[in-house]
Amino acid sequence: MKTRLLVCLVALLALIAASCGGSDETVEASTDATDEQPAVSASADDDANDAMDDDVMDDDDAMNDDADAMADDAGAMDADAMDDDAMDDDDAMDDDAGAMDADAMDDDAMDDDAMDDDADSMRIVSMSPTSTEVLFAIGAGDMVVAVDRFSYFPAEAPVTDLDAFSPNVEAIAGFEPDVVISSAPIEGLDAIGIENIVAPAATNLDDIYAQIEQLGALTGNLGEASELVLQMQTDIDAAIDAIPERDEPITYYHELDNTLYSVTSGTFIGYVYDLFGLVNVADPADPDGESFGYPQLNEEFIITADPDIIFLADTLCCEQNAETVAARPGWDQMQAVQNGNVVELNDDVVSRWGPRIVDFIVAVGDAVNEFETVPAS
Amino acid sequence: MWLLAGTAFVIAAAVIALVVGPKPPSGATTEIPRWGAVLEALDRITPFGIDTGLTETQQSIVGNLRLPRVVFGLLVGASLAASGSTYQGIFRNPLASPYLLGIAAGGGLGATIAFVNDWGDGAGVFDGVQLGAFAGSLLAVGLTWAVGATGGSDRSTTALILAGIAVTSFFTAFQTFLQQRNADDIRQVYTWVLGGLNTSGWTEVLQLLPVALVLLPVLALAGRALDIMAVGEEEAVMLGLPVTQVRLVLIVVASLLTAASVAVSGLIGFVGLIIPHVVRLLFGASFRVIAPLSILFGAGFLVLCDLAARTLLPPAEIPIGVVTAFFGAPFFVFILRTTGRS
Repeated sequence: MKTRLLVCLVALLALIAASCGGSDETVEASTDATDEQPAVSASADDDANDAMDDDVMDDDDAMNDDADAMADDAGAMDADAMDDDAMDDDDAMDDDAGAMDADAMDDDAMDDDAMDDDADSMRIVSMSPTSTEVLFAIGAGDMVVAVDRFSYFPAEAPVTDLDAFSPNVEAIAGFEPDVVISSAPIEGLDAIGIENIVAPAATNLDDIYAQIEQLGALTGNLGEASELVLQMQTDIDAAIDAIPERDEPITYYHELDNTLYSVTSGTFIGYVYDLFGLVNVADPADPDGESFGYPQLNEEFIITADPDIIFLADTLCCEQNAETVAARPGWDQMQAVQNGNVVELNDDVVSRWGPRIVDFIVAVGDAVNEFETVPAS
Repeated sequence: MWLLAGTAFVIAAAVIALVVGPKPPSGATTEIPRWGAVLEALDRITPFGIDTGLTETQQSIVGNLRLPRVVFGLLVGASLAASGSTYQGIFRNPLASPYLLGIAAGGGLGATIAFVNDWGDGAGVFDGVQLGAFAGSLLAVGLTWAVGATGGSDRSTTALILAGIAVTSFFTAFQTFLQQRNADDIRQVYTWVLGGLNTSGWTEVLQLLPVALVLLPVLALAGRALDIMAVGEEEAVMLGLPVTQVRLVLIVVASLLTAASVAVSGLIGFVGLIIPHVVRLLFGASFRVIAPLSILFGAGFLVLCDLAARTLLPPAEIPIGVVTAFFGAPFFVFILRTTGRS
């Protein structure tokens, strides 16, 4: 009987080991991150901002190249181009690090609550992957002392084990932030005198622009923020303007995961497709547009509806791609599959409402243009 | 006579499920003709080449989506109901379900670990999530069996049930913890836990079919032993039934069958609990009737529930666990009230 119990215990330990393989302890990780944090001094700030601006431009160029490439390969968002961007960012960061002023660390420590008079020394914890992307895109990345575990873009963001879904206020406070940015209010920060700025999920582009400008004002980088917004508007307008008029609207199916969860037009994702006048096959699931934005669709329905374009936003979560879709039973009969109109999107880019939403919009625009060039079957 | 009724019910359920689809999209192709759907199904499962008069897409929908989903539903429903009736017989407890000994919690934990570590979505015959769920289910039952012995040298049914409750709580807590720590996988886990036949095709059918073909007959023929055991363990021993061995074999078979179904279809509740009761109410209390009939009625019931799941709210799917519980829970209350009175 004792041996049996022992066996059970061993089995359980193995189970725990298997399940905890990927994760580290929150508190330890947090202290480490504080020590490693690159504090960029005020003198290096201008350089940093310049570097950031360059990056933004590079991003745009890359995006355009990307767009061309996309037209060639069935509108797949090019992961390589993305990596290149990340590399550029890294280089820029290294330069910054070289110019780093050792005194800056002390300055930061001294004026913790000097946030109003000296925005440069502000310490920000971002618990929202979207806000993290925004902060780095507007050149405020050097103020970010910690980000949550899903804020892995851009690559230089100081990722920690902090979890935005079950935030640990003490662990957050360990980074001594002046401001914590999150997509939902974090209970308890108030009580210990840390400001919590909430940047909730956007429902349209204006929300996104407003959040970028809000973070720009907060960090004293309003100029960069306005520039970014302007650039985004220009790129988005260009993508929409490039779409020719058509009499018959293009229909689409947007896939959230491989159990066929989708979105309706009432969601932000659906709103993006609306910009191009696309018609969502999932909309009958929510006829009045009031509820039920994320239905799980019936497979037979999707095949019968035979949408013109299939957008896959489950390439990362569920490793889906044009080939796996074509291999599903019955899906080979769909015209989108037969005509190569299956578009692979980056899950993260689609589900966040930051600067990279432009990538998503451009990808949709390219897919629509691509569709135009395919002869009707 | 009752076998005939059961068979008729299964065939009727299967045919209805085959010919009824969700409301087609407006302006799209016309609905699939009912008779054509039946012919297409016959074309697939018989060696005769039958001209069904359907378009290629329609053939594909009936042959690759509806038919495997119906067959799969039959197999899962039969497995769960057969295991449920076996458990109820062994434990002489009307509240026993196939998940009594911790299979659901173990499967949930195994699947969660697989999702968290990205073992799923791989190529190969068996998906990592399926293997994880299967292993987790068996581990949980094994643990329950081992823990159930610590109360005394003999495993009384009460000790096993209590051990099952403890193991279930423990595994559920572990799963919740993991889920919380890996919020990005939360929707996949959630979808899995609700159970579903919505993306099942011939692959899943072929995975479950061999297991079901071997194990279902064992449970179907276990009725006599269960009847004897229902009298009482000591009496059964006196009648010459090797109670301990029979109980072990039946628990192993029912657990394997349940674990296999859970691995491919997720957690589908209430089928294993209510179907044996329905059969008992309709056809009497002998397990010689309940055991085989539970298989037939479980199969038919789950197929009808799945039909509701895919057609009631077109074009969306309702998780099948919701449908079975929605019909199952009120019925369960009804059972409790009527058995309480007698």
